[in-house]
Amino acid sequence: MTIDLKTVKKISKLARISVDSEKAKKLENDLNSIFEFIEKLNQLDTSKSEPLTSVVDAKLQLRKDEIKSKNIRDQILKNSPDKNKDFFVVPKVVE
Amino acid sequence: MSNILDFTLVDLVEKIKKKDLSSKEITKAYVERSEKSKKLNTYITDDFKNALKKADNFDSKPDFNKKLPGIPIAVKDLFCTKNLRTTAGSKILENFIPTYESTVTNNIWNEGGILLGKLNCDEFAMGSSNETSFFGNVQSPVGEKLVPGGSSGGSASALRAKLTPATIGTDTGGSIRQPASFTGIVGLKPTYGSCSRYGIVAFASSLDQAGPMTQDVKDCSLLLSVISSYDNNDSTSINFKRGDYLKKLSKSIKGKKIGIPKEYRVEGMPKEIEDLWQKGITIAKEAGAEILDISLPNTNYALPAYYIVAPAEASSNLARYDGVKYGFRSKGKNLIDMYEKTRSEGFGNEVKRRIMIGTYVLSSGYYDAYYLKAQKVRRLIKNDFDEVYKKVDAILTPSTPSSAFKIGEKTNDPVSMYLNDIFTVPINLAGLPAISIPAGHDEKGYPLGLQIIGKAFDEQNILNIAYSLEEEINFKNKIDDWWM
Repeated sequence: MTIDLKTVKKISKLARISVDSEKAKKLENDLNSIFEFIEKLNQLDTSKSEPLTSVVDAKLQLRKDEIKSKNIRDQILKNSPDKNKDFFVVPKVVE
Repeated sequence: MSNILDFTLVDLVEKIKKKDLSSKEITKAYVERSEKSKKLNTYITDDFKNALKKADNFDSKPDFNKKLPGIPIAVKDLFCTKNLRTTAGSKILENFIPTYESTVTNNIWNEGGILLGKLNCDEFAMGSSNETSFFGNVQSPVGEKLVPGGSSGGSASALRAKLTPATIGTDTGGSIRQPASFTGIVGLKPTYGSCSRYGIVAFASSLDQAGPMTQDVKDCSLLLSVISSYDNNDSTSINFKRGDYLKKLSKSIKGKKIGIPKEYRVEGMPKEIEDLWQKGITIAKEAGAEILDISLPNTNYALPAYYIVAPAEASSNLARYDGVKYGFRSKGKNLIDMYEKTRSEGFGNEVKRRIMIGTYVLSSGYYDAYYLKAQKVRRLIKNDFDEVYKKVDAILTPSTPSSAFKIGEKTNDPVSMYLNDIFTVPINLAGLPAISIPAGHDEKGYPLGLQIIGKAFDEQNILNIAYSLEEEINFKNKIDDWWM
């Protein structure tokens, strides 16, 4: 199986990473060599194997949904890439 | 009096408790040497000023009941540290200041440890040479222009260069053990669920584990006892009884059954590594262990399965970096354009490559062929281990198929870079603990490590075996401070 440029473009769209033509060409090469390596898995019969999602047998631990950190609004907003002090700001989405 | 920097972590704790040394003296020694070692590029962010202040505070009101009383420690920059920049080696987190502390680092500070600073690593822990960091590559103290391994390359380098008496890294596919092997130090990846993942920048959540990187096995046991804890904030944390690994450390391995898997004898492996392995086997035998030939038949499929599972989880984990709430943002014509440009400019090539692999294997029409297939292979790999552990107590292998390489040597060929982790990846897939200890050199004088793999939650056993081997191996590798 090979990954063509069109597929690279499609994956980059899905991954929300813009890729210019030069980078796409390089990615096409890299991904093909990686997938050639990955294809080795097809030699293995897995028809009798159940997928393993987690090595932890136990049920996931649940805890009460409690507020532990208080009054950190300003601190959190400080990490925002936009300088606005009250909200997270994004480019306009509604015309 | 010997130099402060020559003491192990356990020695330093002892010296502080006996009041032979103060926290300030120790911290100052490490800060001064770190200042003189900038050429190695091990630190992304230092916290030296605060560290010295904290050392003073400790000395004025010392608590000698702590496990790490007044001991300065630098950590991989993948652990969130409250109010101190945490970058994960990425441009996208260049200015990120966490509002909370990771559980593992918190455990260290609670036991009296003092943060020295944040150590360089491959971007989002994706790499085997520390060359993918946005903050530049790290050089190994072992040799100029030599990679320290990765992704915990800054940690390995800083420890080996004596810029910190001990450190912690994270290991998703070998990121503690491979750099430990390359730089001649001890590194342990605990059983999945031992150390909390809370506050560690996520790469592949079903594989990530934090672990100690230290000068010797005793130090490793001490630091593991500090960082291993059950944590409500990590839903995969496991509530099992954790022992005092240092107190129970023993060289007696008489009657232990150690397996030697034939599949780890790979084509093209240098003779020195084969010899080293043989040496390890002989030493274990002489110490009274029983050596058994075993087979882990699906070993060959571990790496390709890993390169589906890990990127798939990474593509999902890294979806959060969108330039909205924190991190780097690029300007865009509209929201989607902003996302796409932010991620394109904020992530480096290796990270983007892995997000793309992950996105592809999870995408409609390919999920069954790749992701589901890899999960089934993962089951077979775990079954291999379950099967041999009915007969043996631990497994001995080389840590890596080669010694350290030069910076730039493998950057153009991702698959050859991935092959570095061929001996370490199966252990993460199966969630097992494993330790790498320095065991010898190749012909160029570069360190080589041996890996001891244990049963789940059987850290004490692999530490004991490592402790027994360590004494006999008596590893010596002089660092000539070439960077100073």
